[in-house]
Amino acid sequence: MINRETLIAACLFGSTLIAGAAAAQTLRIGLAEDPDVLDPTLSRTFVSGVVRTALCDKLFDIGLELEIVPQLATEWAWTDDKKGLVINLRPGVKFHDGEPFDAAAVKYSIERHLKTPGSTRKSDISAISGIEIIDDHTAKLVLSAPFAPLLAQLAGPAGTIISPKAAQAAGENFGSHPVCAGPFKFVERVAQDRIVVERFADYWDKDKIKLDRIVYLPVPDSTVRLANLQSGGLDFTQVAATDIDTVRHDPHLRLAAVNGIGYSGITINVVNGERSKSPLGRDARVRQALELSIDREALNQVVFNGENQPGNQWVSPTNPYYVKELPIPAREIAKAKALLAAAAVPNPVITMTATNNPVVLQTAQVIQAMAKESGFDIRIQATEFASALQLAAKGDFEAFMLGWTGRIDPDGNIYNLVTCNSPFNDGHYCNTEVDRELNAARAVDARVERLAHYRIVAQHILQDLPIIYLYHAKWLYAASAKLSGFTPYPDGLIRPQGLRLE
Amino acid sequence: MATFLLHRLALALPTLFFVSVLVFGLQQLLPGDAALALAGEERDPAVVAFLRHKYHLDEPLPVRYVLWLKGVLAGDLGESIRIKRPVRDLILEKLPVTAELAVLAILIALSIGLPMGILAAVKNDSAVDYAATMTALWGRSIPNFWLGILLILLFSVEWGLLPASGFVSPAESLSRNLATLIMPAFVLGNALAAVLMRHTRSAMLEVLSADYVRTARAKGLSEAQVVLHHALRNALVPVITLGALEFGELLSGAVLTEQVFTIPGFGKLIVDAVFNRDYAVVQGVVLCTALAFILLNLVADFAYALVNPRLRG
Repeated sequence: MINRETLIAACLFGSTLIAGAAAAQTLRIGLAEDPDVLDPTLSRTFVSGVVRTALCDKLFDIGLELEIVPQLATEWAWTDDKKGLVINLRPGVKFHDGEPFDAAAVKYSIERHLKTPGSTRKSDISAISGIEIIDDHTAKLVLSAPFAPLLAQLAGPAGTIISPKAAQAAGENFGSHPVCAGPFKFVERVAQDRIVVERFADYWDKDKIKLDRIVYLPVPDSTVRLANLQSGGLDFTQVAATDIDTVRHDPHLRLAAVNGIGYSGITINVVNGERSKSPLGRDARVRQALELSIDREALNQVVFNGENQPGNQWVSPTNPYYVKELPIPAREIAKAKALLAAAAVPNPVITMTATNNPVVLQTAQVIQAMAKESGFDIRIQATEFASALQLAAKGDFEAFMLGWTGRIDPDGNIYNLVTCNSPFNDGHYCNTEVDRELNAARAVDARVERLAHYRIVAQHILQDLPIIYLYHAKWLYAASAKLSGFTPYPDGLIRPQGLRLE
Repeated sequence: MATFLLHRLALALPTLFFVSVLVFGLQQLLPGDAALALAGEERDPAVVAFLRHKYHLDEPLPVRYVLWLKGVLAGDLGESIRIKRPVRDLILEKLPVTAELAVLAILIALSIGLPMGILAAVKNDSAVDYAATMTALWGRSIPNFWLGILLILLFSVEWGLLPASGFVSPAESLSRNLATLIMPAFVLGNALAAVLMRHTRSAMLEVLSADYVRTARAKGLSEAQVVLHHALRNALVPVITLGALEFGELLSGAVLTEQVFTIPGFGKLIVDAVFNRDYAVVQGVVLCTALAFILLNLVADFAYALVNPRLRG
């Protein structure tokens, strides 16, 4: 009994002091992992983007319908040949170090994204061949070829503008103390523990900022994250679909959700090395049979409590670029069996690789059970994430449960994943007609024209099925009832504008 | 004594060398590499190639080992590829956190395990003994992460008494520091107390049946004097060995416990580093841990001499 008494006494002592130390306008956000480096040119992870949203404004941002809205830009215009983008910049904007935001800073930042060795932004904006400073508040981006997704890329990390003076002074260490023009400035970072930012008094849109500080706390375990939210250790966090019921039934918590822009699917090795010689890799009819075996709505109900959006294309059915003429096919076991018979493999044996995450594995098991009815014998191979990446890159898989976090422009969800020889095309699918149409969609600006090209792409992809798209995850957030003013965006980033703690 | 110390320290060097070679080699058996893990879903080949070159991942294994060793001898443990900070700084930042947690855990373990072990031995085969043995069995069999989550649900979510996770440095606020550490320290100490209790009990049982204890009793000493003064000192030798080893294990980072309670110590550092293939961090932490083990063994040797004068040679 000694231990219990000691413990309770210690608890009582501790709790008194915790209550007294709570600060009023400090928002504590729980992150699913510790972000990588906070340098917008070098960072990779989504969580790093979440923190950067408070620190760094971009040239453009997105609206709730994925439309492009100006942020550090005010207006923009394409040149007639679509190979130049003239951007008018917001006047009176300052970086956290007091330096003015101007066209020179835009030139510096974009060139840094393009030229820094190891830049992860370079591939986003490689169409830019030069930046001209027209005057202090006007810059022109010159492109080597028309590139419609450029605005969307500039509404992502590649559009982040940093203080040239601070970046030059810090050199490679800029990420350990980023200086940008966002609503909050960097205070400190303790690796794996916390990142603290505080309100920037000279922010150009300061009326929308009500919080004094934001503390980002990486808490990898989703159960512990939720427990922290319930006990008041966090005010806001992303939650798993399986935790939604708990959040809904807790009067002190609020739930927010929005359709995401990514997808989850099964990537199939069609020609990448030895392992592409599986029944799935060899014959599109087997892939079609697998697709027809899957009831996507049932999958969504069983694994995700019906919270996600079933889908069969690289963008979700509610996206303006979804090809409505090719809706989600219904489950048809008889047709699937007929296709397998026609392909002369009535009982194909397939190894499906999946990362050893409980949700991914459960999805794989549901598919395994569904496909069994058509005659498939799916063997699930669970693999740890970093190893999985190497297997994918080497082509050491037959079918792979893979997700894509999603990009604002539809091009970002398809181009690099299916065009011949592109870096993330793990199954080495190659169809020159698909490539031609995807390139054509990049060169035109109007939605109707682009959709016409995507329609042809979808016809090929849904026939050849190098990827069987399954669903589009929602972003799910839980917040303390004391927090108001949160608007979830499809890119999943947490914008601090309007957030207020009561 | 000085010769003994120097001899032991000299023996430590080949051990450290062997450990570093082993860990360096074993890490390379893991599929995937830091560049790929860092690149994530956007595996731009140019970026991956750049990172491989920058962190010498494209060099043969022996070359990489020599490069690393050269750095270590010059006091440079390398840089974390993921967050681009020197490994030395990360270790210096995490070591005090883990050390504090380990000290608290061992204090909890000792304050539960020792009295329970003594009591169980003195009241051998009684209800007290059975109760103590059962408690020890419970403490050892309950998984740390599960007990951790239960404690969080009870003390943080249900009663709102303690913060569910996180860490506050003692410099910032000692009371909040203790409030964040008490649950993880209890989880660790609870498991350790069980082992200490079992060892104390069996060591005490052996000593209590020894001739000199019978002599002490025959001299008319009180039972408390016999047990605490005469028997316990001798019984403590194996307990100290065990305590030192367990403390070393705690210092190497309580992986699951730190993960559940989000304590930014060695355990979390090494787990994240393994998953991200952040080789320099893994290597640095293991080296540091091996060093801690060696030092703790030395401390244990000195402690034997303190409690048992016959070993002072």
